[in-house]
Amino acid sequence: MAEILVLVDHVDGEVKKVTFELLTLARRHGDAAAVWVGPGYEGAKDKLAEYGAAKVYVAADEELTSYVVAPKAELLAQLVAEKSPAAVLVAATGEGKEIAGRLAVKTESGVLTDVVDVADGFVGEHSIFGGAIVSHAKVTKGTPIIAVRPNSTAPEAAPSTPAEEQVSVTLSDAAKAAKVVEKVVQEKGERPELTEAAIVVSGGRGVGGADNFKLIEELADSLGAAVGASRAATDAGWYPHTFQVGQTGKTVSPQLYIAVGISGAIQHRAGMQTSKTIVAINKDPDAPIFELVDYGIVGDLFQVAPQLTEEITKRK
Amino acid sequence: MNIVVCVKQVPDTATERKLRSDDKTLDREAADGVINELDEYAVEEALTIKEAHGGEVTVLTMGPEKASESIRKALAMGADKAVHVSDEALHGSDALSTSYALAQVLKKVGFDIVILGAESTDARTGLLASMLSERLGVPQVTLANKVEIDGSSLTAQRLTDYGFDRVEASLPAVVSVVEKINEPRYPSFKGIMAAKKKPVEKLAVADAEIDAAKVGLAGASTEVVDFADAPPREKGQIVKDEGDGGVKVAEFLASKKFI
Ligand SMILES: Cc1cc2nc3c(=O)[nH]c(=O)nc-3n(C[C@H](O)[C@H](O)[C@H](O)COP(=O)(O)OP(=O)(O)OC[C@H]3O[C@@H](n4cnc5c(N)ncnc54)[C@H](O)[C@@H]3O)c2cc1C
Ligand SMILES: Cc1cc2nc3c(=O)[nH]c(=O)nc-3n(C[C@H](O)[C@H](O)[C@H](O)COP(=O)(O)OP(=O)(O)OC[C@H]3O[C@@H](n4cnc5c(N)ncnc54)[C@H](O)[C@@H]3O)c2cc1C
Repeated sequence: MAEILVLVDHVDGEVKKVTFELLTLARRHGDAAAVWVGPGYEGAKDKLAEYGAAKVYVAADEELTSYVVAPKAELLAQLVAEKSPAAVLVAATGEGKEIAGRLAVKTESGVLTDVVDVADGFVGEHSIFGGAIVSHAKVTKGTPIIAVRPNSTAPEAAPSTPAEEQVSVTLSDAAKAAKVVEKVVQEKGERPELTEAAIVVSGGRGVGGADNFKLIEELADSLGAAVGASRAATDAGWYPHTFQVGQTGKTVSPQLYIAVGISGAIQHRAGMQTSKTIVAINKDPDAPIFELVDYGIVGDLFQVAPQLTEEITKRK
Repeated sequence: MNIVVCVKQVPDTATERKLRSDDKTLDREAADGVINELDEYAVEEALTIKEAHGGEVTVLTMGPEKASESIRKALAMGADKAVHVSDEALHGSDALSTSYALAQVLKKVGFDIVILGAESTDARTGLLASMLSERLGVPQVTLANKVEIDGSSLTAQRLTDYGFDRVEASLPAVVSVVEKINEPRYPSFKGIMAAKKKPVEKLAVADAEIDAAKVGLAGASTEVVDFADAPPREKGQIVKDEGDGGVKVAEFLASKKFI
């Protein structure tokens, strides 16, 4: 079977769940070949084996992560040329899409972004215009490059013993043109990662202040959920921007999304519309978020949210 | 400083957006066209840079005749002139071919800095900035919420999944911006009047040395196979809180086995 390259998404060696989703998807269409970039592979190799990587290309050189995006695209382009994979899968994150963009130019290949499923012949399924239309598209030139939305495939374990191959790439000057001089990792705490979580509880302007976000956190913790925020809340400095859900924040697609004190502006909806079940707590019966919900409570979040947390805890 | 801002016209997100049943491209007649929201932030950033460092701001748009409305908006905000690439041959271009066409024009008009929005609201591919950087062989400084220029060097804060990166590069460069970078100005009445007299250069593919075989539906590297309306979301239940709202939500969550 042909190889399918899967770019491993990790932060300092900690593998993101989307990688296991990509490996699962890749195995349906060929041999999953993971591509590891940067330090930390030793600590992560068991995980890649657990999710069925048939092969791992390891490019451990730290230089590859010292510049914006371009080195990763250069590495992938080299692997595409050497290994002739049937397709390349990346996570549809901001960076993943940018890697896809550069790789597409280098290999003269088409890209599908933000696909939620991949069918035979690498036909990608898109959910477009805020979820109103489902479309299918395919790549007609080059090697299909597909950026897959996190949390759209259920990861399935399939233990394997991957063959490892060290790869090195001599970076061009162009790939070293934008230098990352400092990486600032915002603390994420003990909660699940926003884009990976099965449940997300988000707070908006209605929460009214940084201290009040405790209410959102407590509700989230009672459900084992991740915390998200609207732009109004992140711009006000009540919660870090890495937790922003929406068009210019993260796209989440959890089993359950609870919006608390969020009106449901189109830019917010763009990041959460494909959640399976949506619940909202809002005091305004005309808030647009109610157009989306499976269950909505018109009421004061300062009453409803703590009561809900208490009731969930009681039922445990 | 020669600053070029890429501006895309998109269907208004407040109206119903559709694809055409014949060639499966965006139905531009179905909805009102507006300037892509993030591109207003790109224009604002360009104007801010010009105000600090001098130079000229050129708007670059590829799109049908109608896109001239969005160009006018950018000019009314204060951009100096525009280049509008418009040709039937471009209809149906995908991201790869759009980036090719824009790169050809950018090579022709020249630039010190090219600024884009991080993503459009219609296709939302978020591919263009990285593709342009690759094609033009200049640094990619993208997803920026802060950009500072000092002589020919540029520093930026790039939003990432885990927080942000501080990035250094030198000009010329391709920059893309997120909405946290600034607050776009509204065009003043004077600006709107002045925009009517500002030069807009119209280019067909041949004028910009764009190979027509590499653009449009035929030149695209991707193909939409089919599309259909998503099944409508079942109408949810909306309940007014009577003092037991929290308990009610818990009951709903229990009925769905979340708790
Ligand atoms: C280019 C661009 C990009 C954007 N990107 C994003 C994005 O990625 N994510 C995003 O979220 N937004 C984004 N926005 C902003 C978006 O347009 C909205 O402004 C934002 O989502 C509003 O946040 P909100 O719903 O928290 O606030 P509001 O719209 O102010 O809504 C607050 C809600 O809380 C309710 N409320 C108030 N008090 C209570 C209470 N005590 N109990 C219950 N309910 C209460 C109110 O009824 C109201 O519905 C973007 C905007 C632009 C222009
Ligand atoms: C629903 C839908 C889905 C699509 N999916 C794909 C896909 O998966 N793969 C693919 O290759 N193509 C896709 N396309 C085609 C895509 O719309 C065009 O290729 C488009 O020109 C570039 O994509 P974008 O708007 O997403 O760019 P983005 O990269 O999201 O836009 C970023 C910025 O680039 C600049 N820009 C973008 N287009 C122009 C322009 N015409 N003129 C000037 N500046 C511009 C703007 O500054 C904009 O803010 C899709 C189109 C639609 C309608």
